[in-house]
Amino acid sequence: MSDRLATLPRAAAAPAARPTRLAVLIDRPAWLGGLMIGPAVLYIVLVVGLPFVLALYYSLSDITMGGRTLGFVGFKHFAAVVGTPKFQTALKNTFIFAVAAQLAVMVLGTVLALALSRDFRGKWLVRLLILLPWVAPVSLGTIGWLWILDSTYSVLNWVLEAAGLVPPYGGFMWLGVPHLAMGSIITVHVWRILPLATVILLAGLSSIPQDIHDAAQVDGAGFWRHLFQITLPLVRPIMLVAGLFGLVLAFTDMIVVFVLTRGGPYDTTQVLASLAFFTGVQAGDLAEGAAIAVFLFPLLVAAAVVLLRVARRTEVT
Amino acid sequence: MATVETRGVRKHFGHVPAVDGVDLQTAEGEFLVLLGPSGCGKTTLLRMIAGLEQPTAGQILIGGEVVNDLPPRARKIAMVFQSYALYPHMTVYDNIAFPLKAQGVARDEIPKRVQWAASLFGIAGLLARRPRQLSGGERQRVALARALVREPAVFLLDEPLSNLDAKLRASARDELQQFQRRIGTTTIYVTHYQVEAMGLGDRIAVMERGRVRQIGTPQEVYDDPADTFVAGFLGSPPMNLVEADDVLVGFRPEHLLPRDAHGGGALVAWPFRVTRVEYLGADRLLYGTLEGRFAGARVIAKLPSTITASFEPGRVAEFAVREKDLRFFDRASGLRTAARTL
Repeated sequence: MSDRLATLPRAAAAPAARPTRLAVLIDRPAWLGGLMIGPAVLYIVLVVGLPFVLALYYSLSDITMGGRTLGFVGFKHFAAVVGTPKFQTALKNTFIFAVAAQLAVMVLGTVLALALSRDFRGKWLVRLLILLPWVAPVSLGTIGWLWILDSTYSVLNWVLEAAGLVPPYGGFMWLGVPHLAMGSIITVHVWRILPLATVILLAGLSSIPQDIHDAAQVDGAGFWRHLFQITLPLVRPIMLVAGLFGLVLAFTDMIVVFVLTRGGPYDTTQVLASLAFFTGVQAGDLAEGAAIAVFLFPLLVAAAVVLLRVARRTEVT
Repeated sequence: MATVETRGVRKHFGHVPAVDGVDLQTAEGEFLVLLGPSGCGKTTLLRMIAGLEQPTAGQILIGGEVVNDLPPRARKIAMVFQSYALYPHMTVYDNIAFPLKAQGVARDEIPKRVQWAASLFGIAGLLARRPRQLSGGERQRVALARALVREPAVFLLDEPLSNLDAKLRASARDELQQFQRRIGTTTIYVTHYQVEAMGLGDRIAVMERGRVRQIGTPQEVYDDPADTFVAGFLGSPPMNLVEADDVLVGFRPEHLLPRDAHGGGALVAWPFRVTRVEYLGADRLLYGTLEGRFAGARVIAKLPSTITASFEPGRVAEFAVREKDLRFFDRASGLRTAARTL
C-alpha cells in the first residue's frame, strides 16, 4: 500500500518530463510573445510600412506614372512644390479644415458624451443614431451629403425657401461658393468623426468613479464648477488622445473633399491629401504627389509626440 | 450643529426595497453608527441623508428642517466616502480648499482654514502632494480634513476605515473618536464591522433588509438584543440560540462556562460534549453539543484564558449559564419575549 502511494507522484510526473520542442518554446515568454505579435507586425510592415517607405523614396526620386526611371533627385520636388500658390493654398486650407473640424468635434463630442452619460428614456436610440455615421461607409454617407448640399436639389435650400427665409431659386450654392464650400466640408467631416470622439469621451467619462462626482456634489460644487474643475480635468488625458486621432485623421484624409468638391471652387477647399492625389495619381507626377503627401509627416509626428507626452503627464490615478 | 431625523424613509430600486421605512433621530452631537451586513440599506440611507439619493417616500430632517428637496450642497453636511473620493488631479491643498471655494468663502480666508484643518489631522506637510503620492492612512486624513474644513452641521461617514490595514484601523478609530468628541458635531457612521460600531458609537442602529432592527447603546444592543438577528449579528462568535418549545433560548458563548467556574447565583446547567477546541490565545472556543434537555443543540463556549481546565474533544462536562444571562425569543417572529424559568 505504502509502496504504491510512493510511486504515484513519480508516475504522474513522467509525461510532463518530456515535453515536445514546440511546447518548450511556447513556455518561454520571449518566444511566445514573438509568436503572438508576429502576424500583427507582418501585417503592419506589408500594408503600412512598405508603402510608406516607398512614398518616402518616391518623394526623393524622379518617378512618374508610366515612366521607367527611379533615379534619386534629393529634395528637388519639395523645393519646387513648396513655392507654388496651389500648394500654399492647400497647406492653408488643410490647417483651417483640420483645426476647425477638430475644435468642433471636441466641443460637440464633449457635450454629447456628457448628455449620454446621464440616464434618460430612449438613451439607446440616441446612442444608436449618433453611432450611425461611423457605421455607414464614408463614401456612401458623403454621397448623401452631396445631395443635401446640391446646388439645384438641396434639401436645405428647399427648407429655407419653404420657410420663406430665402426667395424662390435664391438658395445657397453650398459647394460652389468658397467660404460655404469650406464650411460644408468641415461640417461633413465633423458629422463623420463625431461618433468616434463621442464614444471615446464617453468611455473616459464613465471611468471617473461615481464617488468623485458625489463628493463634488456634497462639497457644494454647482454645475459649471463641477464640469470645469472636476469632470473635464479628469477626462483631459482621454480628450487629448481623441483629439490627436481626430487631428491626424483630418490632416491626412481626402474622401470628404474628393466626393464633395474635388478641391473646388478654385482650389478653395483643396487640402494637401487631395492635392497629392490629383497631382500624383490623376496628373501622373508620382514623385511630386509623394512629396506633397509626406510634407506634413514630420509635423504630425511632432504633434503626436507632444500630445502623448501631455496625455501621460496629466494621467490620473 | 444639528440633529438628523428620518421619518418613514423608504427607497425602492425598481421593485426592490433597499430602505424599507426607517425612523431615526439623532441627539445633538451624537455619534450614531448604522451597522448591518452588506446590502442591508445602510449606505443607501446615508446617501439619502446626504441628498445623493432621493427617498421614494418619507421625510429627512436636518436641524428640524425638512431637506428632501434640498441638493446636497444646501444641507450643511460633509461626507467621507469609503474610497475617500479625493480629487486625483488636485493637490492636497486644493482638495481641502475645494469645498471652501465652492461655498464662496472669502479668498484670503481660505489658506487659513486649509492650514487649520490640515494641522488638525497632522497633514500640514503634505499640502503640495497629490492623492496618489499618499499612503492609505494619509488619504483618509485628507478626506477627513476636506470634510471638516467647512465646519459642517452633520458629518456622514461611509465605512471610512475599511480601506486601511488592521493595525492602522485601530489607531484611526481611536483618533476619529477623539476628534469627534472634540468638535462635537453630530456624526452618522456606516459600517459592517461590529468592533468599529461597538467601539465608536454612542448608539448603534442595527439594520437588516432595509429596516432598523434595534437602536440603542452598544451595551443595550449587545446585552439585550431585540431579536434573533441582532443576537446573531453582534458578538464573535454570535449568541447561541437553542430551541425550547415555542421559544429560542439565547446565551453568549462567554456566558457558557464550566459549572464550577461560576462564582454563584442561580445557574442553569447542562452536560456539554466538546467536539472541537480552538485555541485563540486570549480565549479558547469550545464547539460542541448539549446533552440532557436540549440534546443535540450545537453551541459554542468561549473560555477566558483564566480557566485552565483542559477540555479534550469527546469529553462531556457540566457547563452552566447564569439565569440572568439567558435571553428568550419568540420562535415564530424572532422577537424578544419575556424571561421564563427553564
